[in-house]
Amino acid sequence: MSTQFDVTETLDVKGASCPMPVVKTKSAIDELSEGEVLEVLATDSGSMSDIDGWADSTGGVELLDQVEDGDVFKHYVRKTE
Amino acid sequence: MSTDTPDASTEDAPSRAELAARVEELEDELADVAAETGDDSKKMSIIATKGTLDMAYPPLILASTAAAFGYEVTVFHTFWGLDILHEERSKSLKLSSVGNPNMPVPNVVGALPGMDRMTTKMMEKKIEDNETASIEELIETSLDMGVEFQACQMTIELMGYDEAEFYDGVTTGVGAATAIQDMAEADIQLLV
Repeated sequence: MSTQFDVTETLDVKGASCPMPVVKTKSAIDELSEGEVLEVLATDSGSMSDIDGWADSTGGVELLDQVEDGDVFKHYVRKTE
Repeated sequence: MSTDTPDASTEDAPSRAELAARVEELEDELADVAAETGDDSKKMSIIATKGTLDMAYPPLILASTAAAFGYEVTVFHTFWGLDILHEERSKSLKLSSVGNPNMPVPNVVGALPGMDRMTTKMMEKKIEDNETASIEELIETSLDMGVEFQACQMTIELMGYDEAEFYDGVTTGVGAATAIQDMAEADIQLLV
């Protein structure tokens, strides 16, 4: 099952481990404009919980979906303001 | 028997205009209070006192992550924690198996010459294999994200370090009072 969003940027943090997926996601989101969607590709299994938690407590972002695709965890985050 | 409001209390009741004025007054007061207490930025203050390879990670990981969460972060480095900010020394932080019963080496063996170097190498290899960020990478990333690293002036002098030996962007010339002020204003305070 593939989730399709209108992805603006893709951030590849495959291989990187905590805290880099969250930290780099935040930096990448800062570069986007309102309404744009960031796709994050990670292999750190902790990123599922970490990015969820980060998006939940951070203003101006919305976690659209998280998909496990083989070894890769895909996260879709929309900048909302 | 009448259900009308008695005349006496009608006279005492404030007029609509008076109520409106009072509401406005209270709204102003509320705005003042909000302005004083809630600059709505969240703050975290960490005191980093340890300079072994394993103890250098937690403050840096928490600082960079908190910055990603929108926290204004200051990390005050004192005593051995200063080595984390020391550009050269941060690249050769050591790990000892002595005093750590979780290490696979008995203390009597860990105390032998050269053992710290061996356990450090072992840890460095694990860090590399796991693609865990290096100390240098975490410092650079944290600085990029606006984390303020402070090097305790008293310990700089105690250790005989030069301010130029620290990473660019590190704040020097600060002491315990600065740390206390940061802690007093912070939502999260940690001593590592």
